[in-house]
Amino acid sequence: MTVEWGWFPDHAGELTRLTADHLATAVPAVLFGLLIALPLAVLAHRVRPLRGFVLGASNILYTIPSLAFFVLLLPVTGLTRTTAITGLTAYTLVVLVRNTVEGLDAVPERVREASKAMGTRPLRTLLTVELPLALPVIMAGVRVATVMSISLVSVASYIGYGGLGQLFTDGFQRNFPTPVIAGVALTLLLALAADALLVTVQRLCTPWRRGTPRSAPKLWKRA
Amino acid sequence: MLELLKNLAAWLTGPAQWAGPDGIATRVLEHLEYSVLATLAAALIALPVGLLIGHTGRGAFLAVNLSSFGRALPTVGLVTLVFLAGGLSVWPVYVSLVALAVPVIITNTYAGMAAVDPEVKDAAKGVGLRGRQILWQVEVPLALPLIMTGIRLATVQVVATATIAAYVSFGGLGRYVFDGLAQRDLVQVLGGAVLVAVLAVVADLALGGLTRLLFRGRPATAR
Repeated sequence: MTVEWGWFPDHAGELTRLTADHLATAVPAVLFGLLIALPLAVLAHRVRPLRGFVLGASNILYTIPSLAFFVLLLPVTGLTRTTAITGLTAYTLVVLVRNTVEGLDAVPERVREASKAMGTRPLRTLLTVELPLALPVIMAGVRVATVMSISLVSVASYIGYGGLGQLFTDGFQRNFPTPVIAGVALTLLLALAADALLVTVQRLCTPWRRGTPRSAPKLWKRA
Repeated sequence: MLELLKNLAAWLTGPAQWAGPDGIATRVLEHLEYSVLATLAAALIALPVGLLIGHTGRGAFLAVNLSSFGRALPTVGLVTLVFLAGGLSVWPVYVSLVALAVPVIITNTYAGMAAVDPEVKDAAKGVGLRGRQILWQVEVPLALPLIMTGIRLATVQVVATATIAAYVSFGGLGRYVFDGLAQRDLVQVLGGAVLVAVLAVVADLALGGLTRLLFRGRPATAR
């Protein structure tokens, strides 16, 4: 298997377009996932009886194969980018919901009580005390969800919205490995870059943790 | 939509659909064959590595980051690449599925080993156990729940992803998905997708039940 290096400069434009396309599917999926996961997780955290149900439901979503997911959505949303984004969003939920619930669980009870004793209302406590303290665990979930989404976009190439995954189909059909190698490499690079970016964002968002040793990542072991 | 569900039900329950060499029964068995062999091979590779890293504490960085790398690696790309490099054989399927499962098992095995209380290990040393005895009689039993979680996660992912076998012209339940896509037969595609999802959920529940059976009477720690 030989890589034809000349192929790269010739297709720089296409590679850029596909990378942008890739991000246009993966990024909204994570954002929508967060938008759905945060309220769900807060609910699961506050209302104990709902907890098992919410976590169980997001677990079941995860066991559905990604390709099957896109296909199951076809009758509803058709061959559109919406199908790709919806499928990926459902996938991110399992990590995002669990990590947010665990992050909220890990907020010490006395901190919550201190906030209450100072007369802070519940919503304000949630926004200014609990969520910021849970942020490292939530961000760990966001990182996993982002990397997963970026990798899974290629599965959507079967419905035409695979971003860099289109290169796999292309190379496969023409029996030409170079685009496939380019696709795999760029997907990995994109995932690594997104992960590094999120680490930076997390450091900027949690200045009180800077300089302290990395706390044991006990909470997201399963992730 | 209702019409589609009716057709889907008819497809899934038609007796002709279940029998014969392209019947659902055969496809399920093929799917299970790929999944079980791939997961076993992955466990044979990953368990020793994970145990070694966990026992010696060396290579922890590798164990933690490997899972991130594994998540970022697009399976469709990998299977295409191995296919183009090696030609028509069942190897691309196994290589991709094993590559998918190995990082999950290594990371969880390591996490289980790392979560063993150092005081327990010290106590084991204190009563005169040697390195190997500590590994098998103390660390492995304590880490087993998390190790099982890793194998369970890996199995679900492998079952869900084994559809790619059909992408490179082999059998399994992916056959219905890809043939259906090629023939624009949505009912067949959906039927295949539903079967894969059911198989993944069943595998998850079966391994979950097995884990619970193995750890009956133990406190529900790291799960």
